[in-house]
Parts: sequence; structure tokens; C-alpha cells
Amino acid sequence: MTATTFGWLIPLCPLVGTVIISLGWSRLPGRAAGWIGTAAIGLSFACSVVVVVSLLGKSPEHRQLTSALWNYAVTPGLDAKMSILVDPLSVFMALVVSGVSTLIHLYSVSYMNEDRGFNRYFAYLNFFVFSMLVLVMAGNFVLLIVGWAFVGAASYLLISFWYRRTTATRAGIKAFVINVVGDVGLVLGTFFILRHTGTVDFLKTFSAVHHVFHHNQTDLVAGCLLLLVGAFAKSAQVPLHTWLPDAMEGPTPVSALIHAATMVTAGVYLIARMHPLFEEAPTAGDVGAIGGCLTLLIAATIALVQTDIKRVIAYSTMSQIGYMIMGVSAGAYSAGLFHLMTHAFFKALLFMAAGSLIGAMAGEQSLDRMGGFRKALPFTFGCFLVGGLALSGLPPFSGWLSKDDIIGFLDHRGGGFLILGIAGYVGALLTGIYTFRMIFRAFFGEPVDQARELEHGHLAHAEVPRNPMTGEEEDTEIGFPGPGHFVAEREVPMKIAMGSLAVLAMIGGVLQIPGVDRGVQRFLAPSFATSKLAHTDVASGTEWVGLVIGAAIAILGIAIAYRLWVVRPGAPIELRQRLAPIHRFLSNKWYFDELIDVLVVRPALLVGRVAESVFERIVIGGGVTGGTIGIVRAGSAAVRRWQTGFLRYYAAAMVLAMGAVALYFLISST
Amino acid sequence: MAIGWYLTVSALIFAIGAAGVLTRRNPLVILLCLELMLNAANLALVAFSRMWGGEDGQVFALIVMVVAACEVTVGLGLIVALYRRRLPIDVDELNELHG
Amino acid sequence: MSAVLFFIAAIGALTGAIGVITLRNPFYSVLALVVHLICLAVLFLLLRAEFVAAAQVVVYAGAVMVLYVFVVAYVGGGEELAGGTALRILGPLFAIGLAVELCIAMLGSALKGISSKGAPYVLGFGTPRHIGTLFLTKYLFPFEVASLLLLAAAVGAVVLARRRRGLESEDEELELRIRAPRPVYTGTMAEAAGTRAIESAAPEPEAEAEEAPEPTHTGGW
Repeated sequence: MTATTFGWLIPLCPLVGTVIISLGWSRLPGRAAGWIGTAAIGLSFACSVVVVVSLLGKSPEHRQLTSALWNYAVTPGLDAKMSILVDPLSVFMALVVSGVSTLIHLYSVSYMNEDRGFNRYFAYLNFFVFSMLVLVMAGNFVLLIVGWAFVGAASYLLISFWYRRTTATRAGIKAFVINVVGDVGLVLGTFFILRHTGTVDFLKTFSAVHHVFHHNQTDLVAGCLLLLVGAFAKSAQVPLHTWLPDAMEGPTPVSALIHAATMVTAGVYLIARMHPLFEEAPTAGDVGAIGGCLTLLIAATIALVQTDIKRVIAYSTMSQIGYMIMGVSAGAYSAGLFHLMTHAFFKALLFMAAGSLIGAMAGEQSLDRMGGFRKALPFTFGCFLVGGLALSGLPPFSGWLSKDDIIGFLDHRGGGFLILGIAGYVGALLTGIYTFRMIFRAFFGEPVDQARELEHGHLAHAEVPRNPMTGEEEDTEIGFPGPGHFVAEREVPMKIAMGSLAVLAMIGGVLQIPGVDRGVQRFLAPSFATSKLAHTDVASGTEWVGLVIGAAIAILGIAIAYRLWVVRPGAPIELRQRLAPIHRFLSNKWYFDELIDVLVVRPALLVGRVAESVFERIVIGGGVTGGTIGIVRAGSAAVRRWQTGFLRYYAAAMVLAMGAVALYFLISST
Repeated sequence: MAIGWYLTVSALIFAIGAAGVLTRRNPLVILLCLELMLNAANLALVAFSRMWGGEDGQVFALIVMVVAACEVTVGLGLIVALYRRRLPIDVDELNELHG
Repeated sequence: MSAVLFFIAAIGALTGAIGVITLRNPFYSVLALVVHLICLAVLFLLLRAEFVAAAQVVVYAGAVMVLYVFVVAYVGGGEELAGGTALRILGPLFAIGLAVELCIAMLGSALKGISSKGAPYVLGFGTPRHIGTLFLTKYLFPFEVASLLLLAAAVGAVVLARRRRGLESEDEELELRIRAPRPVYTGTMAEAAGTRAIESAAPEPEAEAEEAPEPTHTGGW
């Protein structure tokens, strides 16, 4: 079997998993749905590995393979087929996605154990992985858009998984609406590009770019900017980022998978894939880089003051994706994608550990109520530590190498990009601070009641299940979380998943050590063969300087956090009181939600209201429908007057008509 | 006499019948006027049959007579039914089939 | 000679016709029509249509008019009330217009045979033999259909004019027809929708109404 056959199998396995679980959801016993789902993704991962091996066995020029199953609409000017592109970039993404997904499925088998919607969950989750794999394996714009839309739908389904929680359903709708804005951008961008190139196929488009467009041509810039809109919406970059923190309403494994490791990286993948277009329209690339930079700073500052543990990690995701977008927009493709991979590892790990911690807290998510879990949850603490160190960028963890890879590239490009690089360092400092703020607050200090109980071996249970955000009372029937709470220390699947990710987070960096090995870059090189920027080789000396600076900043950040939250526990409260206005500004997430409300939501509601009261009621109701009714009534009233019931009138009419007909024939025959 | 004379008589009888249908109020008399019109048609048919020299017109006239007989039967049955129901025998009063 | 006969018959026919439409008493109208029919039979004879003339006298004047006489005697119908509508004046006007138009049509037409006395006479023209041959060969189908029509008319007349319940008076018959509940899916929409109202408005169903309101039929639907 060829590489492309396995390439088709990669998205097919989760599709089969979805179908099986969806069709048999009421009949699958126990946790069978979970195992089926996990096995499906595991198979997909195996197929990805096979494809990688097969690609490595070919020479670099032959590593971009396409395969089309059938034609959707092949006409002059459009060639929409169902085709996949098996090349190093898509296979890299498929490896990351399927690998991390397998581990998250495994984790979910324990985490969602007593939830009434267990089977539905795995059907949705498999559907999500299927869509994501379609997205990354797509060989033309059409299939990319299909995957993009499906991923948005899956995200909606999973965020509002506990659908009886109003907060969850609202968050799902918010995420979907913002995603749709991105979809519009993506489709319009595709159209702008299609208009000139005449083809939707990726390879053909890329080879046509240089002939069809000239440098920074308006249409191309517009198209790329619209693609950026799509990327920003999907990857939760400013200003289309407001849905990501709310998306934490979904179950923790969902946050781990969709909103850390895979879906939000779709934007990064998009920009990396479209690199020929972005390189031909550097304006759009610059906009992307600036957007990424802004996001990473804004998100890092907001994460400093968040109290909900999942939201801290969510803003951290936003910030790290800012790094990636900044990287790929500026040309650091392999660096950005390398960071994508390592980020998937440690962020998923952090979320899983957070899930375990939340389980120990019996559903409570606020950092204000957590403390001193070090002795009660040693394994979770270890995972948090590994993930946190990787996130902050401490050597030798993987995050250090990947983040500084990006910053190093930016510094090397110089000019305006140097400023972005410095902003990257500032962000790294903030990252260290907020990450370890979270860890120190949750695991150090006085143990709270739940921690104490757990030390004695008793897992805490809340008597009344409550919504962690609003405190509303709930129950544990379908539509709400189940009654079980699970910690990693007690569940083997969770331990296996988290352990694997911890190992990967620790050693994953070996793939791209400057001066030693450029594994990721070499592997991805065929995908970026035509790129002008990707070949800039940063001298390894300069790189090591950057890495040392990065390490120093990370240690500085951790030290600041240590001083504030461990050594002098009163200090943060003083600081907050002194800087109260800033704290309020950051707590309100820079007032972005309010801004969008005023700029977008209220005008839309106003338009709707005007349309209903004026246009709908008066014009359509009164004019069109009323008018038609009136005309019909008048017409039939007029006709009704002729139906008098008088026989003789009818007879008279008949006589007249007969005479008229005869007259007609008389006249026409003369 | 030339055939044209017969046709003129037929036309006149037809018109007289039509006038009767339009003016009278008693349904019985209206039926009688209908008979007049049918007879006028018969006369025309027979006249034309004489003109062409074939008896087809006469056969047609006989069939018309059959039809007239049936129609009279049913019409009179209607009038008898009306009378039985104590309804006024006046077409101007019987106007409930209206819009 | 035949011209004189023609004029006598024609004037007789026209007079009879005018008599039908102007005489007030329907009985007199019927008699006028009989006169008209007989004159018409004479005209048919002048046109050499012997069988048709005989049929006219025997069937039309003989049977149909007798039926009319019976019905007029039964129904009565006295003097008609005066007063009417605009049709009293417009009616004759329409008729005159019609007559003029028809005359123009016929006489002004290009039919050449109108001014002649007809085709050369063939022996046996209009005799029962020729008519019978035609009926049983060329016009067999209309012949049979005509007999079916007669059957239908006869059955229809019997159905229309029969009494329903035989022994009750017509008043009770009418009342029962209004009060007795209709079977489902019959009647007008208004009745079907309002049957409930009528049912509830009616007092206890009389003993004669064997179709007692079935308790399950609430609205007729």
C-alpha cells in the first residue's frame, strides 16, 4: 500500500470510530465507546507513522504526493476534487494531532467515566479528530474549508457538551459565531486567490503564485488578510479571541485537545501551508506577525490575574499560539511548527493535570480555594511541574528550545522583527510568572480541606454539584457532569496518558537542537522548498546566545513568582491593592468583551429590531402579504357580485355571450 | 318557398324563446320557452336537411326531440319537488345558490 | 299553394310562440305551445320531413305536452306577480338583438342553397324507411345513447319527485331533516362545524329519530 493510501486511512479511522459509536451509542456496554474511540485514533496514529516512514524513504523532491478520490466540480476555472496532499507538513501535523488525541482519548476514558453522556462524548471527540485530520490532510482549498467548518462544529458540540448548563451553551454559541466570522474570512480569501489562479489545488496554486501575482498585489494582500482573519478566529488571536476563555466550559479533556493542542493550531497550520502566498504578500505576513505579538502580550498579562485555573491555562494557550503565529508569519516555519508540537505536549499535559486537580477539588476550579496539594497529589504535581517548566522555557525542556527557536529567528531577521523578538522575551518573562503563580498557589501553602482529606485517602465529594463559574445548583443526570471525580493518582489510563506527555515534554526538544540536529527543519524542508525565508540559517552561535537569554528570563520569572507566592504570601495582595486599577483592567480581560458588545452585538441587535418592527411588520406584513390578501379579497368580492343566484340574470348573460360569439364569427367571416 | 324563409322563422322563434326565458318568473313557463328554442333549432335542422338532400338533419332533429323530452321530464320533476317542499315557484325567490 | 300554407303555418307558429311568452296563466301558455308545435309540424311537412312531423305531433305535442299539462294542473301556478327587474325591458331587447343578428348571419351568408328550394327530391326522402335505415346503420350509437338518456331521465324524475318517508307529513319530514344529526363527512362545512351547536340546541331527540346522535360524533369530523 502506498503512502497516499495510508494518507486516506489517517482521517478514515476516526470517521469509522464516530460512525460506530454514533450508531451504537445506546447499545455499547460500559466504557466500550471509549476504548473504540481510543483505538480508532491509535490506528490513525499508526498510519501516520507509516506514512512518515514511507516519506523518509523517498528522496526529498518526491515527498509531496497528492491523491484524489473523486471530482466534486471540475470545470474550466475550478477544479474541486476530493484530494489529499501527503507531504511532510501535513504528515507532521497528522502525527501531532493523532498522537496527542490518542493520549487524550485514553485520559477521557477515566475522566468521563460516570458521565451520562459518555458515548456521545466519544462520538463527538472522534468526529473532531476526523475533521482536524481532514483539515491537515486536505489537498485543496475546498477540503480545507470543509475540515475547517467541521472542526468549528465539533468545537461547538463539545463546548456545550454539558448542555443543561446555561454558561456552557452560551459559550458554545459564542465560539461558533466567532468561528463563523473566521470561516467567512477563509472562504472570501480563497475566492480572492482563486479568481486569479483559477485553481483550488494547493500545489497548483503555489506554483502559479509567482506567475499570477506580483509582489504585494492588492488582491493577494486582501486574500491573505482574509485568510488571516480565518486563522485568527480559529486560533483565538486578538481581536477574535474572546471565545477561548469561555470555551473552558467544556470538559477538561476537550480543553486539552481542542483548545490547546489541535484546533487552535489550525490557524498556524494555515499560515504555514499558505507560505508562498504570504511570502508574495509580505504586508499580510507583517500584519500576522504583529497580531501574534500583540496577542501574546495581552494574553500573558490577563493570565496574571485569572483565578480560574482552566482560564489561566487558556490564556497561556492564546499567548503561546501568538508566538507560533508570529513565527510562521515572519518565516520561521519549522520553528513555529516545532513550537506547535512541543506546545501540544506540555499544554495538553497541563490541562490533564488541571483536570486531575479539579477532580480532587470535587469540581471546584478557582485558585482562591486551592492550596497545598503537594502531598496529596504527588503525580499531578510532578506533571504540573514538568508542564510548567516546559511552558516557561527552562532548559532542557522542550519548550525552551522551541520558543527560543522562534525568537532567535525573529532577532535574526532584524529590523521591525527585532522588536517582536524582544516582545517575545517579555512574554516569556510573564509566562514564567503566571505559570508558577498557578503552580505555587495550587500546590504550596496550607493544604485546604479537600487536600487534607485526600492525604488521608478520601477523595472529596461535593454534596450539591454546582456550576464552578456561577455557583448554581445542578444535578448529575445527563446534560450535567456525572457524579464521579477522578484523580490521576488513582486512575491508570490518566497516569499513562499524563506520563507519556510528561516524557515527551521533557525530551521532545532533542529533535531540534541548534548546532546539533535540525530534525524538524530537515523533515519539513520539502514543504518549504520554494520559500525564500525558510532557508535563512541562523548561525548556531547566535542561536545559543538567544537560548541562554531565554533560559535566564525563564529562571527570572520563576524566581519572581516564587518570591511573591511562596516566600511572602502577603505580597501579592498588597501589590494588587496598590495597582488596583491595572488589576481591574486585566481582570476584565482588557474589556474586549465589552468592546465587541458595543461595536458588534448591539448594532446587530438594533438592526434586527428595526428590521422586525419596520420592515417585517410594515412592508412585508402590511404591504406584501396584506396587499396580496387585499387584492385577492377585492377581486373575489367583485366576482362574487355576479353570482346573484337569479336564474334569469344567468340566462341573460348566456344570451349575451352567445350573441357576442356569433357576432365575432359573423364579423370575422366577412 | 326558399329555404331561407324557414331559417328566418327559426331565428324569430329562437329569439322569442330567449325573450321568454329572460322575462318570465314561473319556472314552468321558462321551461316552455326553452322548448320553443329547441323547436326553433329543430326547424333549422330540418330545413338544412332539405337543402342538402340528406336525412341526417332529420335524424339530428329526432335526437334533439329525445333530449328535449328528457330535459322536460327532469325539469318538471324538479318543479314538483319544489312544490312538495312548499317553496315558492318563482325563480327570483329561489336564489340561495349564490356567492 | 305551398306558399300560402307556409305563411299560415309560419304565422301560426309565431303567434303561438308569442302567446307562450306573454300569457299570464301558465296553462294558457301550455296550450299556446301546443298550437305552436302543430304549426311547426305543418312546416316540417312542407319540408318533406314526414317522419319528423309525425314524431313531432305524437311525441312532442302528444306526450310531452300532456306531461306538462299534468304538472301544471298539480303545481298550479296562478297569476304571476307584477313587478320585476330591469330584465323586463332588457330581456326583449336582447332577444331582438339576437334575432337581428341571426337573420343577418343566415341571410347574409354565402350559403348558396338558401335561396333555392332545396335539393332535387329523391323518392322516399324523409320516409320512416330512410330514417330507420340511418338510425340503425350510421347513427346506431347515438340511437342507443339516446335510449340510455331516456332511462336516466326517467329514473331521475322518479327519484326527484318521490316522497321520503311515505306516511309522515311534509312538515315533520322537513324538521327531522334539520334536526337529525348528519353522518360524518356529509353536509356542508358550516353544518359540519356547527352540528355540535345544532345538536346541543335541539331538545331530546324525538322517538321517531332512529338515527340517535352517536355519542362519539362530536363535531362531525
